[in-house]
Amino acid sequence: MEYFFEIFFDGLTRGSIYALIALGYTMVYGIIQLINFAHGEIYMIGAFTALIVSGVLGALGLPGYAILLMTLPVAVIYASAYGYTIEKIAYKPLRNAPRLSPLISAIGMSIFLQNYVLLAQTPDFLPFPSLLPPLDVVDRFHGVLSSSEVIIVVTAALVMAGLTAFIKFTRMGKAMRATAQSPRMAMLVGINVDQVISLTFIIGSALAAVGGVLIASHVGQINFYIGFLAGIKAFTAAVLGGIGSIPGAMLGGLVLGWTESFATGYVSSDYEDVFAFALLVLILIFRPAGILGKPAIQKV
Amino acid sequence: MRDLKHSAITAAWFMFLTLPIMVIHVNTIEKTIAWRWENMAYVGAGAFVLSYVWRFLMRRRDGGGFRSLSPGAAGRGRLLRAAIEDRRISYPAAAAFAALVIAFPFLFSLYQVNIMISALIYVMLGLGLNIVVGLAGLLDLGFVAFYAIGAYAYALLNLHFGLGFWVVLPMAACLGAFAGILLGFPVLRLRGDYLAIVTLGFGEIIRLVLENWGTFTQGPSGISNIPRPGFFGMEFGLRGSIVFMYYVVIALVLLTIVVVSRLKYSRVGRAWMALREDEIACQAMGIDKTKTKLMAFSLGATWAAMAGVVFAAKTSFINPASFTFLESAMILSIVVLGGMGSTVGVILGAFILILLPEYLRAFAEYRMIVFGAVMVLFMVFRPQGLIRDRRLRRKFRPTELRGDADGDSGGATDKAAGMKAAGAHG
Amino acid sequence: MADIDPVLDVRDLTKYFGGLRAVESVSLEIMPGEIVALIGPNGAGKTTLFNCITGLYMLTAGEVALTARGQRKRLNGLKPNQVTELGMARTFQNIRLFPNMTVLENVMIGRHCRTRSSVFGAIFRPPATRREEQEVVDLSYGLLQEVGLAGLVDETANNLPYGAQRRLEIARAMATDPVLLLLDEPAAGMNPAETSELQALIRRLREKHGLSILLIEHDMKLVMSLSDRVCVMEHGSRIALGTPEEVSQDPRVIKAYLGEEADA
Ligand SMILES: Nc1ncnc2c1ncn2[C@@H]1O[C@H](COP(=O)(O)OP(=O)(O)O)[C@@H](O)[C@H]1O
Ligand SMILES: [Mg+2]
Repeated sequence: MEYFFEIFFDGLTRGSIYALIALGYTMVYGIIQLINFAHGEIYMIGAFTALIVSGVLGALGLPGYAILLMTLPVAVIYASAYGYTIEKIAYKPLRNAPRLSPLISAIGMSIFLQNYVLLAQTPDFLPFPSLLPPLDVVDRFHGVLSSSEVIIVVTAALVMAGLTAFIKFTRMGKAMRATAQSPRMAMLVGINVDQVISLTFIIGSALAAVGGVLIASHVGQINFYIGFLAGIKAFTAAVLGGIGSIPGAMLGGLVLGWTESFATGYVSSDYEDVFAFALLVLILIFRPAGILGKPAIQKV
Repeated sequence: MRDLKHSAITAAWFMFLTLPIMVIHVNTIEKTIAWRWENMAYVGAGAFVLSYVWRFLMRRRDGGGFRSLSPGAAGRGRLLRAAIEDRRISYPAAAAFAALVIAFPFLFSLYQVNIMISALIYVMLGLGLNIVVGLAGLLDLGFVAFYAIGAYAYALLNLHFGLGFWVVLPMAACLGAFAGILLGFPVLRLRGDYLAIVTLGFGEIIRLVLENWGTFTQGPSGISNIPRPGFFGMEFGLRGSIVFMYYVVIALVLLTIVVVSRLKYSRVGRAWMALREDEIACQAMGIDKTKTKLMAFSLGATWAAMAGVVFAAKTSFINPASFTFLESAMILSIVVLGGMGSTVGVILGAFILILLPEYLRAFAEYRMIVFGAVMVLFMVFRPQGLIRDRRLRRKFRPTELRGDADGDSGGATDKAAGMKAAGAHG
Repeated sequence: MADIDPVLDVRDLTKYFGGLRAVESVSLEIMPGEIVALIGPNGAGKTTLFNCITGLYMLTAGEVALTARGQRKRLNGLKPNQVTELGMARTFQNIRLFPNMTVLENVMIGRHCRTRSSVFGAIFRPPATRREEQEVVDLSYGLLQEVGLAGLVDETANNLPYGAQRRLEIARAMATDPVLLLLDEPAAGMNPAETSELQALIRRLREKHGLSILLIEHDMKLVMSLSDRVCVMEHGSRIALGTPEEVSQDPRVIKAYLGEEADA
């Protein structure tokens, strides 16, 4: 039973992270129908920025909580800046191009960013400091769940609640929903669509950076390639939940997290990544609209 | 003045953006920090200049539309085309080129020959993927899976049953075609971008299985001692076998070129292009979408599998690490750079992307970053690639004069078509 | 009349998009050699009816049957390409050519379902394939002559002027050897001269190829002078069907459609 709960919480933790990243995919897809292939790289850049900033602050001799409080915002700001810039360079000029052009551009951007970090930093794995403070309350359940798991799940839940509120209640959130419905209509009623798209990239990137910092500090190491796998898995989560749907991304993240944890925990750990890919393939073949998505109708 | 301000802002923005990753280097073991301020200066200067270039290219792109080149460039293109079409120039040039290709192994070192073989394998792969992506418009990100299937088919069949290159080559081709149909059947109903991701998923699954199914594939350590192709039991030395390999690959590339260009201008090839342009209109014209896509997908896979056999024979050692997603991305960028759909373009693309990093050693570590940049920049500024796919001009006779002579020859029709072409362009 | 099957037999065709009733129980028969016009205000469901008949949309309810070459076939559940193969061809309201292919190639695509050579033929080019290919080229060229585009065969389709694109779509559809041709607003965006040329072309095609034609059109002059019968739709339902004279005197039609036109 203890083993079951250990796996359950492991899945919940993974799932929360997948959900955080999946939101970026789903929001972008909802608005410009683009699979932002470089989104995983944003997550990786968020984690790298955090590593660098915390390293610098640590060298300055700041205490742990101060490092965490300063590292996370800087990582979020940088990831958002990257997301914003990528959109301007690689996607915006291709708004009216054939559908595959921005996707190819996105793949190129993803490869570019991976190698940018590889060249400017290192191809090796780097140890990531454990920024998350230990919680006494949790440590009593030692072995079943850890304090970093609790922090990750709670943070992810808070961030997602904040996002939901933002989209539901603010002016900008309404503009985002309107643009997702129909960019042309949104433009006609005076919404600045370019601005909405930029904002979508910024928010998505910020969420990915939060996910990146949390998971890196949980796992304890990063390299330039972590974004690829995390990106594909988060994309799987987004599709699983129904791409374009925000609650769908959260649900999809959790379902994927548990699937992976239970499959590796009870079936075989050799094929950890195969489960995610297989789930992705199956979902796209049998229910491309996902759990919460609506099937797309093509007008002729 | 506005341009200057714009470029200054861009430079400042990129200096900010690259500050942590390019300037600061934390040594996590010794807890030391290196500040590489010179990088910031490079980024600033580079971004300043590039922002001018970007705006210039953007203006040209949006102003003149995608297709209009500057008049000088168009003139040069026409001159080149005229040269190609004039037999007094093109025949000797082709003969000289053929002589160079044949003499290559004797003019250059073994090392060069090896590199050339690699490049030619990528030509095969590029042309194969070109059927799928360039002609049929199906973005296949798992192309490398079929490459791996071919390579492992040879390695394993040779290991367990001692089968030789020439026996396995056609077997692998069939296996590739079959795998293409098998994987293609469930996924080809999907919309373009989903198809891309699913094929990526398939590619990764195959690689992970190769890595983890140790009893069958020998896992990450791979399979070694794969023999090079023989020739009726003749024994070559090391040099001889590599030179022979070179000719084998040249022959296969020629075969690929012939097959791909014939397919391109056939009934099937036309259907692929139509499918790429407009799926709905295509169906309304009586084309079976699924069957046509499946044909493209499995033909592409056939070529990847054959290239895989050649690759295994060339390196004599394979492991799953040779078949990652990056390999698929590399082949895709060859197709994108060369020009989707254009055979000459893809050949050129393969040579540029594979040979350039080999010969410019200093440039080699920047290879992948350049691939990435090429994909973005070409999509933005030159989506047709280096060489725009040219449409074939047809020769026709009034319906009443229908005969059974070969349409490719016959002076009168040639002349008529020539006049037509000139008229359309004049 | 009773012993001749209609070419197209639509019975109670119904199509809903979720709650939207785009087409509601529409019936229509088209006899061999007949030109029928389908008219109605924008959003009446005319294009949706076309899409249902040609297999692009699944029907919510109803029956569609096509009689071609003496055989009656039910079209329900067939894929668009199968419908085309049986002998129905169409054009699109918002032109859907293959923009980067040449004019000739566009028409050649139409021959796809009437030719057979496949990968083997493409690679080895046996005489049969070459003959077939040359026949396709010649026939397509002939069709382009018929629609008056013979001078532009090697131009890429997206470089053509608007009116020429519409005519190219007709030639492409004709290449599939249809018995029934569906034209979705063929005169849209044409000037009066082009429209009267189009009218002559449609007549010529009917005479020469023994076609039946169903066309959606807003140009009343064209509709009245060209069609044998007119079918009027509004809000997804058929509100009138008859000769142009009958329909133009139908009070419901005048109220729903012609009245507005006359005012405008
Ligand atoms: N694919 C679709 N999905 C949802 N609604 C559609 C679709 N196609 C058409 N409609 C709706 O059906 C109605 C009829 O449209 P249409 O057949 O195009 O009209 P018409 O051609 O007579 O102008 C319109 O209200 C249109 O918005
Ligand atoms: Mg319409």
